[in-house]
Amino acid sequence: MFVSYKWLAQYVDLSGVTPQELAEKITRAGIEVEGVETPASEMKNIVVGYVKEREQHPNADKLNKCLVDIGEDEPVQIICGAKNVDAGQYVAVAKTGAVLPGNFKIKRAKLRGEESNGMICSLQELGIESRLAPKEYAEGIFNFPNDVTPGEDALEALNRDDAILELSLTPNRSDALSMIGVAYEVAAILDRDVKLPEPNPAEADEKSADSISIRIDAPADNPLYIARVVKNVKIGPSPLWMQTYLMNAGVRPHNNVVDITNYVLMEYGQPLHAFDLDRLGSKEIVVRRAADGEKFVTLDDTERTLSSDQLVITDGKKPVALAGVMGGANSEVHEGTVNVLIESAYFDGQIVRTASKAHVLRSEASARFEKGVDPSRVQAACDRAAELMADLAGGTVLSGSVIAGDLSMEQKQVSITLEKLNTVLGTDLQMDSVEDIFRRLQFETETVGSEITVTVPTRRGDIAIPEDLTEEVARLYGYDHIPLTLPEGAVQPGSLSPYQLGRRIVRRYLEGTGFNQAITYSLTSSKRASEFALEQREPVALSMPMSEERAFLRQSLLPHLIEAAAYNNARQMASVALYETSSIYLNEGENVQPKEEERLAGVVTGMWHEHLWQGEKKAVDFFTVKGIVEGLAARIGLQDRLTFQKAAPAGFHPGRTAEVLLDSEPVGFIGQLHPSLAKEVDVKEAYLFELKLDVMLHAAREDLSYAAIPRYPSIGRDIALVVDSTVEAAALEAVIKHAGGSLLTSVRVFDVYEGQRMEEGKKSVAFALTYADPEKTLTDEEVTAVHEKVLIALKEQADAELRG
Amino acid sequence: MEQQLNELQSQALEKIAAAADLKELNDIRVAYLGKKGPVTEVLKGMGKLSAEERPKMGALVNVVRETIANAIEEKQTVLEAAAIEQQLALETVDVTLPGSPVKIGAQHPLTRITEEIEDLFIGMGYTVAEGPEVEQDYYNFEALNLPKGHPARDMQDTFYITPELLMRTHTSPVQVRTMQKHGGRGPVKIICPGKVYRRDSDDATHSHQFTQIEGLVVGENIRMSDLKGTLDVFAKKMFGADREIRLRPSFFPFTEPSVEVDVSCMCGGKGCSICKGTGWIEVLGAGMVHPNVLEMAGFDSTKYTGFAFGMGQERIAMLKYGIDDIRHFYTNDLRFLKQFSVHE
Ligand SMILES: [Zn+2]
Repeated sequence: MFVSYKWLAQYVDLSGVTPQELAEKITRAGIEVEGVETPASEMKNIVVGYVKEREQHPNADKLNKCLVDIGEDEPVQIICGAKNVDAGQYVAVAKTGAVLPGNFKIKRAKLRGEESNGMICSLQELGIESRLAPKEYAEGIFNFPNDVTPGEDALEALNRDDAILELSLTPNRSDALSMIGVAYEVAAILDRDVKLPEPNPAEADEKSADSISIRIDAPADNPLYIARVVKNVKIGPSPLWMQTYLMNAGVRPHNNVVDITNYVLMEYGQPLHAFDLDRLGSKEIVVRRAADGEKFVTLDDTERTLSSDQLVITDGKKPVALAGVMGGANSEVHEGTVNVLIESAYFDGQIVRTASKAHVLRSEASARFEKGVDPSRVQAACDRAAELMADLAGGTVLSGSVIAGDLSMEQKQVSITLEKLNTVLGTDLQMDSVEDIFRRLQFETETVGSEITVTVPTRRGDIAIPEDLTEEVARLYGYDHIPLTLPEGAVQPGSLSPYQLGRRIVRRYLEGTGFNQAITYSLTSSKRASEFALEQREPVALSMPMSEERAFLRQSLLPHLIEAAAYNNARQMASVALYETSSIYLNEGENVQPKEEERLAGVVTGMWHEHLWQGEKKAVDFFTVKGIVEGLAARIGLQDRLTFQKAAPAGFHPGRTAEVLLDSEPVGFIGQLHPSLAKEVDVKEAYLFELKLDVMLHAAREDLSYAAIPRYPSIGRDIALVVDSTVEAAALEAVIKHAGGSLLTSVRVFDVYEGQRMEEGKKSVAFALTYADPEKTLTDEEVTAVHEKVLIALKEQADAELRG
Repeated sequence: MEQQLNELQSQALEKIAAAADLKELNDIRVAYLGKKGPVTEVLKGMGKLSAEERPKMGALVNVVRETIANAIEEKQTVLEAAAIEQQLALETVDVTLPGSPVKIGAQHPLTRITEEIEDLFIGMGYTVAEGPEVEQDYYNFEALNLPKGHPARDMQDTFYITPELLMRTHTSPVQVRTMQKHGGRGPVKIICPGKVYRRDSDDATHSHQFTQIEGLVVGENIRMSDLKGTLDVFAKKMFGADREIRLRPSFFPFTEPSVEVDVSCMCGGKGCSICKGTGWIEVLGAGMVHPNVLEMAGFDSTKYTGFAFGMGQERIAMLKYGIDDIRHFYTNDLRFLKQFSVHE
């Protein structure tokens, strides 16, 4: 909402308050003023000029040589390129030394040998947007009507010396969608009076009711419809003050009748529509729901197909307006219009919203109906428009209004006690200060004991409950005056849940190993939504996505992490280690909330360790990620419960991927990104992991108890085994552990060899075994006895020979 | 014989003194004190001596032996020290060469802000509540005093999945769910961080996905001044002890009264490009919980009051670190992320 300071001053005394001060006060009281525009501040030396003579420039076809009276002793010669300039016009002249917007300075110049002392201006050159300039001045220079004097300040005449406050209104404050509404707000802030227009059109004997009758077939959608008839109007431009106020309010002037309806709309917040009475096909107005498929051409010359959830104004047969949204081309006021029907009605917000949404037509009118207009202004606005049409368009206002329907003008009453008010705010206000605030708001009050009852005017539809009164008091009392306190009462210690703490530990662990935390988008494409999913379900789809790229909910974190790795690879960052902890979403069926599972995923590519001048370089490989996952398991107390088993899920390298099992339940995968996929997304050899973080954290051990440090020495035995190449180390380890029993305290692989020195199809795996007894020092014989059992078991169960 | 021994001693001492390294010294030891050395030779000649002379000579031999051995030992200490010296000199490194790198990963700046805020409020007795990102219309809107068709729903363009399911537009549904769990009994004191979604085109200042953290306190005597005091603590901890807060009336359907909360700018009120010359920066929205919201969540609104506040971590991070484009948070460019591995 654009509020003209000069226009506003007609309703409330603004003396002593600059536009900037006013903006600050309005903002602090609750309506944010986003900016204050002062067009004249970037212009100077622009006056009204009278074009006494015009002739063609002797040396240029497209230029005019004008002699212009600018209120000085002698008229000045100005060369002007506008097609529409002519003798007898009053124009805006930027004198030599003038400044126009954009710090454009006007200097004396010679144009094709002819002297030019200034510039005749268009509205655009004076900072008015083309979309707001009247159509006839959308191009060329502007002509003043005849009531100006050469030499007077053109910016003042055009109300360019105004200040325009841009109000950003929250949905509850639709009362400020009008000059009068803003005036009430400002009056309350400044503690001044509101001066309202008192429309009282002089009426002819002829009655409006003789020209038109009204029937409402949909009273719920349209509880009140008021019409007035104004005859014999002369269509022409509206006066300059009205045009400039409209432009300052962001409305384009058209002609006097249309401008008046817009002016009253801005003034009262009540949308009006003017019909050409003679173009209505009948003498009646019928308001009804549209028929499904009914066609209607709106005044923007667009044919609309209507439906039964939309409301139309008809002449008894055909629609003449889409109620509250836009009039029809068939009954539009035009140059030849003589008799006008003014419509001032109350339409239900929802029905207007439905139509404006369906036809993508949002207008100043529909915006106000949607939010609810003040019922008490429907009649006043109609009268005001009629009066202005008499004054400014020479019309004859017929007697009386034609009124159909009935709308409650009842004012709500809301009560609150002083105690409640002070308790909620934490203040110590006295009743008289509270009463004074409501007096400033022009709300009637009645105080009984400590309870105040407020009668809320119909213009403030947002106030309905005691808390709304609290807010009115707080905002006008001033939040700065509310003290700073902290909640009283017993304080319980706050904490993270064990799960939340676990998540933080996992994050810190990964960051400690060199992984950077990534956050990627949850929404993805159809293709990505199913890639790498641990569990394949139909992905959850948005009903109205903004793009195909963000149309589905992801089921794995990996696709976007891989994308991030590729992004970094493409920018000379060859070594990438990224992890993310985020949710994935599993479809649970139509209209059921998807199952959200928190996952931990990572991508790592390039060098894991690099220390060049000492010749150290270790590229990332499968065992890098495996080590990280094992370390993670150790960090959260799951090291003995995690196992890895060869797997080949889609998207992974079939020979370098393992399924991760927690107590034999699958919790994710680790492995190399399939090389062909890597090529497709343009990422180097990359290793991935994705784990069910929620499952792992819930399984994580929370208790920690101390185990005694061994007091007796351990004895080590190394063995090198020859086995088939396909035998997995874990299988051998399992045999060793089982046979070794309680004396075997650790088994570690320390060498794996497969190659020339081995028989075809065989490999050597070497283990370091450690034996110890917590109760005593083991003897060599005791160890040998157990170790023999291990070797026998290896031979029998794994066909493993000791390497000679 | 005595003379022979004395000569031998001075000869040995001379050689010991001249020995340049441990090997030479060892050779001397072997040469003079070894089984085939001259001292032993002298001892062998003792058989020819008389019984009276024998012990005397024996003692002398021992003295010579001991003298030589002591000299060798002394020399050995000196030579060993020199050898170590030499070894250390050889082992000297260029301490200005780069160390073996230890990787330090960075926490995402949004997580960093989130955890900082969580910790601050945990310290004030709050717990951290979380909830689903795909929500029912009821929890995201209706239970927050936003019935279907409410004009304020336009304020938050929503990604719907079905007419009843949507991507949550704020973390407020977590507040509703938590309040419901309390079964109408206070106090509730929670902070709710999480991802939220709005139907916005991504540009420098908009993101269809972003993060929010909201706080809620419901109790029997919770006042607007408590909200103000709490947020004052927050602003001072987050932005600096010299910062102030300012409340401006605003509108949210779920709070009444509602306020926007500004934090004083680091320019100290002089006005700069960050505060657009006003001296204040809009940081969060807040208010007293609307009685409808309390009632729908099972709290008696005549008995209980509460305050709620909410903010976007992106905005806080942008202000705190001077980040100019919201898309940086979701691009995961290492050159961006790695800047946040430093602990403040
Ligand atoms: Zn500043």
